[in-house]
Formats: sequence, structure tokens, C-alpha cells
Amino acid sequence: MLKRRIIPKLLLRNGRNVKGRQFVDLRDTGAPVTNARIYDAQGADELIFLDIEASDANRGLLYDIIAKTAEEVFMPFCVGGGVRTVEDVRALLLAGADKVAINTAAIETPSLISDAARLFGSQCVVVSVDFRRDGSRARVFTHGGRCDTVLDAVDVCRRAAELGAGEILLTSIDRDGTMSGYDLEITRQVADAVRIPVIASGGAGSSEHLAAAFLDGHASAVAVASLFHFSDHCPIKVKAQLKIAGIDVRAA
Amino acid sequence: MIAVVDYGMGNLHSVRNAFELIGADVTVTRDPEEIRAAERIVLPGVGAFGECVKNLEAAGLREVLQEVVLERGTPFLGICLGMQVLATTGEEFGVHRGLGWVPGVVRRFQGTDLRVPHVGWNEIEPRVESPLFRGLGHAPCFYFVHSYHFVVDDPRVVAATCDYGGPFTAAILYRNMFATQFHPEKSQEAGLRLLENFLDWEPVC
Repeated sequence: MLKRRIIPKLLLRNGRNVKGRQFVDLRDTGAPVTNARIYDAQGADELIFLDIEASDANRGLLYDIIAKTAEEVFMPFCVGGGVRTVEDVRALLLAGADKVAINTAAIETPSLISDAARLFGSQCVVVSVDFRRDGSRARVFTHGGRCDTVLDAVDVCRRAAELGAGEILLTSIDRDGTMSGYDLEITRQVADAVRIPVIASGGAGSSEHLAAAFLDGHASAVAVASLFHFSDHCPIKVKAQLKIAGIDVRAA
Repeated sequence: MIAVVDYGMGNLHSVRNAFELIGADVTVTRDPEEIRAAERIVLPGVGAFGECVKNLEAAGLREVLQEVVLERGTPFLGICLGMQVLATTGEEFGVHRGLGWVPGVVRRFQGTDLRVPHVGWNEIEPRVESPLFRGLGHAPCFYFVHSYHFVVDDPRVVAATCDYGGPFTAAILYRNMFATQFHPEKSQEAGLRLLENFLDWEPVC
């Protein structure tokens, strides 16, 4: 049986890990390669790095972190932040990333999804969608949560899957950093609308939240940041608890 | 020396890093002479089937690999797409001819309730007794990420299966060729152990 995945999500700014709340109020959470090594030792299934201040000036720093991570950890990792062109995708893959997350450009130039899928395979194209609640609907925001696209998250994810995305990273901005649980309703709507894996993100605060993302949210994987950064939870512990809850996870 | 074949596709660094960690002397190369001189050949691969074969041919590597692997019997490891291209044909983005070393066809996963690609850690079930699986336990987990799988003509070449909407080929063992659909270089301890086993492997042809 395919195991449910636990994926630590590491935000990068100027070569350091940071974590905020609803995409603001960032706190330093340590050195990325060290964090990656710790999560590797703790049996994480995969890693996600998102460079939240991606610019041409700090690109070299990002490639350096990717290359060092690839030398030290032997599990897959996804890298995103400022990915605009097929060349950006290629450069990240060559630097050692296994998958590339496309966020703003997935909305502004959707052809990037299909171009990247054709050239490098769907398996490495992760479309990252950030949303805020608007009543029962979810509105997609780009540019690190700053621009309201007015687009519906379910529609955007469905379209991304049609264009060849291999996975969806679905982040609730409202829940981000609050540790109050994933937005299960929107996660389920998206997971039921596409036939590609969906990674629930934003709001993990306990192992119960993770279990709910799988059971009620129909997610294939969960992204976790604050829970691992700011509590005594680690992949080993949440996997043990998930196993007791009947979720099929890989032994840490 | 182990030659990791570089034909412009795939996670070459990861494969090299993994072999280096377990103490192997490894080079990433597309130089025919280096490939001819290698004691073991690794063909990684990420991307699309047709592109992969096209790139191998464009780099003039098809003949070299044929000579070294098929005629000379150098131990060979194919990973992911590097396993799939051994097939007769592949059906990704149209029908393409593969290397044809292991008869069979590479098909997309079918099934209405199946999410494709098949992404994540899944258990494999070894189907043969082989030193390649030494020390891995009875149902080890490996990392998979693929939308297509290899349907072989002769089931005797299947070294391990995995279940995703039914059993599919997780590994092939045929003469001096060992190939995995999963990524040992991304499968933490189990993966490194498998690569060590490959280094020690003396195929019986």
C-alpha cells in the first residue's frame, strides 16, 4: 500500500529558515541544511523548501542550499519560490531538486505547467496554490499571499491537473502558522476534484489534525511547519501517533 | 569505477551523491571511453520515455551501452526511466521504441480511483532470491514517483512487485541487468542498502 506522507515544509529567507503566521510575522527557525538533516534522521518522507524572498540576487544562495541538501539527505525534496520560466525549473532540477513548486507563474502563465511537464515529466511539477476563505469558497492569492486573483481554488487546481501538474500543494493562508488545523473542507473539495495527489498545508497543530487531513480532507500527504518548529512534535512522534490512529504511514 | 550515464535527463547528482556516501568510486559521464572502462553502469532517468531514448541516441550512447551491457555483460543498474527504456516500446506522449533489451511495454497507470502519478513510499515484494535484496527485510519501503509502469512479456524477469491498483513491476532482474522503478537514491537507508548490494553483486549470466 502507498503510504501517507509527512512532509516538513521549510520556508527560506536569506539563507535561513523562517516561519510566520498567515504569511507574516516571520521568526527565525534555524539553518536549512541542518534542519533537513534532522528531519531526515527523524524519518520524514519528503521535504519542501519555499524561498519566500526569491530574487535574482539570492538565487546563488538557494542553489547552494539545494546542492548541500542533496549531498546530505537521501529523500526527495521539492523547491519553490520565484519560479517563472522553464529555465528556472531546469536550474532548480540541475541544482539537485527532485520537484519544483510553481505558484504565481501557475496563474500568470499557465503554459509553464504544461511546458515543464512535457520537458521534465509531470512527476516533478508541483503547483502550489495559496488561498483565503471567502465564505464557503476559497480564493487564490499569488505573490506570497499579497495579490487577490479572485479565482476559485478548486477551479485553479483542476486546471493545473489538466495542464500536467503532478501534485498540488494546497495552502490555507488563514490557517498558516495558527496550528488550528487544516482547512479540511477546501482540501477535500480539491482532492475530490483532481486525480493527482494533493498535499494539505497550513494549520497543522497536532497529530489529530494530520489524521483529519487524510481521513476527512482526502489528502495524500501533509505539509508541516510550525508543529515541528515550535513544539515537541517530530516526524517520529507524529508517525507513531498516526499509526495508532490507523493511518498507513511509513515507519520512521 | 562506476559510470553514471549522463544523457541530459535526471537526478544525476542524487545518484552520484548516494554512491559516494557508500564509498564507491563514481563518475558522471557521457564519454564512451569512460563508459567502456567502467566496472558497473548506472542509467538514471527522470522525464519522458521518448525524450530519453532520443537523448541517448543523440549522444551516441545507444551503441556504446549495447556493447558494454548486452555484449560484454557489465553489471547494469537502471533507475526509474532508466528501467523503463529497457522495454520494447513506451506509450508516453505517443508510442516510442525503447532499447528493447527486456521485451515488454511501458504503459500508463489505469483506474478511475487511482491518483496518477503514483507518488510516495510504497512496499515492494521481492519475487526472487537475490543478494540484491539482502538485508532489506520482507516488505521494504521505497520511494516511487511515476505515471507509467513496465509490463514485461516474460514474468520471470520480475524481481519485485509493488501494489498500486494491482501489482506492477517494481524491479527487474535479467542476466546482468538490474533495474528499479523506484528511486534507491531517494529511499534513505533501504535505498543505500540496495545500492551497496548492487556494488557487491556478481551477476550469473
